[in-house]
Amino acid sequence: MHASVRPVLSVNIPPIVTSAATREMSAALSMRMTISKVNFFYGSKQTLFDVSMGIATSKVTSLIGPSGCGKSTLLRTLNRMHETVRGARLEGEILLDAQNILAQDVTSLRRRVGMVFQRPNPFPKSIFDNVAYGLRINGSKAPISEAVEKSLRHAALWDEVKDHLHKSAYELSGGQQQRLCIARALAVEPEVMLLDEPCSALDPISTAKIEELLVQLKDLCTIVIVTHNMQQAARVSDFTAFLLTGQLIEFSPTPQLFTTPGDPRTEAYITGRFG
Amino acid sequence: MNSQLRWRKFVNGFMLTMTGVCALVSVSVLFFILGHLVYHGGTSISWDFFTKLPAPVGETGGGMANAILGSAKMLLLATLIGVPVGFFGAIYLAEFSGGTTAFVVRYAADLLNGVPSIVIGIFAYSIVVLPFKHFSTLAGGFALGLMMIPITLRSTEEFLRAVPRALREAAMALGASKWKTIATVIVPAAYRGILTAVLLAFARVAGETAPLLFTALGNRFWSPGWNQPTDSLPVAIYRYAISPFEDWHRQAWAAGLVLLGLILVINIVARAILSRGIAVPRS
Repeated sequence: MHASVRPVLSVNIPPIVTSAATREMSAALSMRMTISKVNFFYGSKQTLFDVSMGIATSKVTSLIGPSGCGKSTLLRTLNRMHETVRGARLEGEILLDAQNILAQDVTSLRRRVGMVFQRPNPFPKSIFDNVAYGLRINGSKAPISEAVEKSLRHAALWDEVKDHLHKSAYELSGGQQQRLCIARALAVEPEVMLLDEPCSALDPISTAKIEELLVQLKDLCTIVIVTHNMQQAARVSDFTAFLLTGQLIEFSPTPQLFTTPGDPRTEAYITGRFG
Repeated sequence: MNSQLRWRKFVNGFMLTMTGVCALVSVSVLFFILGHLVYHGGTSISWDFFTKLPAPVGETGGGMANAILGSAKMLLLATLIGVPVGFFGAIYLAEFSGGTTAFVVRYAADLLNGVPSIVIGIFAYSIVVLPFKHFSTLAGGFALGLMMIPITLRSTEEFLRAVPRALREAAMALGASKWKTIATVIVPAAYRGILTAVLLAFARVAGETAPLLFTALGNRFWSPGWNQPTDSLPVAIYRYAISPFEDWHRQAWAAGLVLLGLILVINIVARAILSRGIAVPRS
């Protein structure tokens, strides 16, 4: 780590940078989700501090920052997956279509806000049954096989699997499994899709496929992606939020954040001086 | 240098031989028992053995049809008692309880597992036999069922816990409730292990003699219904083996062979079932 950067990390954190462009964008865009003043605790340890930001409809928003900065935690609050961890506590307000998600039934919330995880986690079932799972448990009336085909097409996996839909999902490669998980999440037609470092366990070619896919999926749903990979954030996202030690440091349109960051810590991080 | 190398080679060879011999011994014990049973009891195994009642004392021939049926009835009863209680208890332990409750239940199950089978028998005697004023199939099945509970509970719990957290999260992120997640993802992912656990419990109690001595008692005739003393293979083996008749000794060996064969067949069938379906790969 560069010696001159160190003091920057430990100064008191000023209010988050909101550039003129950010204000403009939030006025012009409709917000699918709004996070306001979120504080998050694991037991007595606070991991998010007063985070406020908006998730723009039909855009890709990426969350970047070094390990342990709270970006995955923030992502998991958006569909209340944090509640599966004992001792987790959330303060603040998160709105989905202007309604507080914390006051809703958690299962119906998760149908509207889908999630794809770091490692591909298909069920020990066939490819078809994996995609059909969400439809079946939700008692969907729609014809299942058509919905499965549609989701697999959206996930750019249909042509590779259409002849063996009834084979085990584990026979697919890692990249295919991750696209299967995306198809599985898409099948219930969520309004928002959360992706938690979806490419960190994949090779570059599979990663490229998924990135390409994300850009196309914007038309179907709003996307929030956590990534370690800054190039990936720059390639796929419209807006980028930079988090550091549980605080939102900067939130701007992606090109702006990467070319003219408004905070010295953002600049230090994106130029690779730490993290 | 050279002598050191020779010494290492010697140690390597010695350890390799020793581990190999031990592995061989553990396998050969089973085959030795099996061979012994076939040698002594094979000749008594005939169609009659499976279909006829024991011959009157002094006559040769006859079979153990009543003991086979009695064992089957009691094992059915035991499975109906032990498996649901153990299975649902394990779901509670693995998925819902935490901290003290889980610790207490787990500890109690381990203790119950360690209770000598004869004590389980006395317990069943006072709980079932005394109030009904009858030795019965019911009492025997109850005693065996009690023994199946902790074995099923503990091993099912282990297999449920081994289901990767990622699978639970995947199901919950799709809007599955906790119960849906358990029923549609966790149990199906663990079912091979659970079935193995149930089989082990079944095989374990199938050979139990002590808890049946004063619950099912034994019977040289058919035992209709559930409320009469009944014979069972382990008790029949015990009674025949300590008898003074040569023919009975042979029949005891034969009964042992049948019991072992039964467990073997169930194991093989279960493994055949297990090899179908999709296993969760180890990550």
